[in-house]
Amino acid sequence: MRFTGTETYVATDDLNLAVNAAITLGRPLLIKGEPGTGKTMLAEEVARALGMPLYQWHVKSTTKANQGLYEYDAVSRLRDSQLGDARVHEIGNYIVKGKLWEAFESEQRAVLLIDEIDKADIEFPNDLLQELDRMEFYVYETRQLIKARHRPVIIITSNNEKELPDAFLRRCFFHYIRFPDTETMTQIVEVHYPGIKQVLLKGALETFFGMREVPGLKKKPSTSELLDWLKLLVAEEIPAEALHSREPGKTIPPLHGALLKNEQDLGLFERLVGISRRGR
Amino acid sequence: MLVDFFLQLKQAKVPVTIREYLSLLEALDRQVVWGRVEDFYYLARLCLVKDETHFDKFDRVFARYFEGVTDLGEELEGHIPEEWLRRLAELVLSEEEKAQVVALGGFEKLMETLKQRLAEQQGRHQGGNRWIGTSGRSPFGSYGYNPEGVRIGQEGSRHRRAVKVWDRREFKNLDGSVELGTRNIKVALRRLRHFAREGAPVELDLPGTIRATAKNAGYLDLQMVPKLHNKVKVLLFFDVGGSMDEHIKVCEELFSAARAEFKALEYYYFHNFVYESVWSDNQRYRAERIDLWEVIHTYGPDYKLIFVGDAAMSPYEISMVGGSVEHFNEEAGYVWGQRLLDAYKDAIWLNPTPQGWWHFTQSIGMVGQLMEGRMFPLTLEGIEEGIRLLSKGSA
Repeated sequence: MRFTGTETYVATDDLNLAVNAAITLGRPLLIKGEPGTGKTMLAEEVARALGMPLYQWHVKSTTKANQGLYEYDAVSRLRDSQLGDARVHEIGNYIVKGKLWEAFESEQRAVLLIDEIDKADIEFPNDLLQELDRMEFYVYETRQLIKARHRPVIIITSNNEKELPDAFLRRCFFHYIRFPDTETMTQIVEVHYPGIKQVLLKGALETFFGMREVPGLKKKPSTSELLDWLKLLVAEEIPAEALHSREPGKTIPPLHGALLKNEQDLGLFERLVGISRRGR
Repeated sequence: MLVDFFLQLKQAKVPVTIREYLSLLEALDRQVVWGRVEDFYYLARLCLVKDETHFDKFDRVFARYFEGVTDLGEELEGHIPEEWLRRLAELVLSEEEKAQVVALGGFEKLMETLKQRLAEQQGRHQGGNRWIGTSGRSPFGSYGYNPEGVRIGQEGSRHRRAVKVWDRREFKNLDGSVELGTRNIKVALRRLRHFAREGAPVELDLPGTIRATAKNAGYLDLQMVPKLHNKVKVLLFFDVGGSMDEHIKVCEELFSAARAEFKALEYYYFHNFVYESVWSDNQRYRAERIDLWEVIHTYGPDYKLIFVGDAAMSPYEISMVGGSVEHFNEEAGYVWGQRLLDAYKDAIWLNPTPQGWWHFTQSIGMVGQLMEGRMFPLTLEGIEEGIRLLSKGSA
């Protein structure tokens, strides 16, 4: 079972190796990288390529580690007891399974995505140490031990908002998705818009990388913005010459709002372009 | 196996543990990779390094440790009998080239010299015209100009071999100990936010209380949660003028971006060292100066004091009356420094000069002493450390 990217997802050698190592050794894989470089997509693509079911656990600032395992719905049990419901005697009726439990229970090996783990409380990763390491946990209410049938492929993404605890990091493989170079970027675009004209693509990429070079941008445009922008360019049937004949950074490219998502950045960019125009 | 490599990583301050080392060995045992050094590099990094800020250190250790180790295929090449090579050479070389080989003393001589130089050569070499390495005019090594050169370590994919992945040092600017750059500012900002958002457990957790009460069979069980509120107040003193300006700009951006997170954030500027007055408007600093006593009286002792400056000046500017470069100061700089430090218990000094150079400048030592060692380099790590100290002080 080896992952080598899919027809819609270009994975570099090192990323493939990271995924394969995580699959072979059954260790969680922690993925970091600039926003928009396809961290979350990775889990979906791995699941699709290897034909595994995918369980997604999106972490928010209020998410607790327990919620991934199970939740004891005490409130509805209290209500049921008031109403004299017979279900109330069986505590198992009020245990709500979490994503981790579902992935553990899966008939075939599954992919579990724990998305944006850094959003949660600082203790969150620590509360999952045992579960990720041994792939088992204990349900106190029903006194049962839940063990993974097959060690799921766990992919964890982080945006670096918080430092993750060392004990947690030790149990993971770590991969940092670099921003793709022009070559990889061309491949990625090819995969998403196979029909796109070479000339248009070349011009668009030049403009795009030129724009990333603009100093002082709050949010540099990333892969996902590039793909959106290309979609617009194709839809609007912008001629390739509109992009190609110009030097990046000297003129405002068409539909640049798709690349820059922040009005301060937009303002800055337009001002810079204005300055260099006058300079000519 | 690889124990030395592991220890060298540890020495280079890459935080590696035995557990991670064992998992690398396990991966090797399970043959996740085989043969290619590049793959091994990726695997080792995957297992051992858990933060992109350490990638650069890892790359450097890797380059040093595995210097000269090439792919398995090339390793085998070294064991190819000389006889074969000579045949090949005779097939490939033109008459003219063969004549040149003879000029150098014949093929045997060429091979002999190669062996000799291999033994003599220490370390990696590039350029030049004697040693084995790349891009030179020596007969040995690859990509050179010498037509009879023996190619060592060169295959079709020149662009990939020429610079090893770990030699590219792409993660250099992700290293936590380098100066603040645009990308690092974001991370530093998060550290500052963390600093700003701490509070005591005071808020009633309503959903928690309901849940706990339900679990408690209906008896009221109050739950509290820590309330995140902005309670940190910061007083910033920037050294402006001369070489500091560029750093100050970075810092100003940094702190003003985090401004919303602080309950209060006040800026003041000084030149080289603090004396009886500072100013808050950099454009009009000659006209509008503010008495330092006024500052101390305006902001209470709960403010945290952060100086940003290179602390590089003549020692007299700190120690002597009249030592200031701008005006005649009635009281010495250190007196004013001490007054500030007495007023604000939580204080740090951030210094953009690399820490390794600090001991070359006497005044940095003096300021460091005045600050009781609370001087930190203006790097991610420095800011983090400094801020940790500041937040500890508040407890």
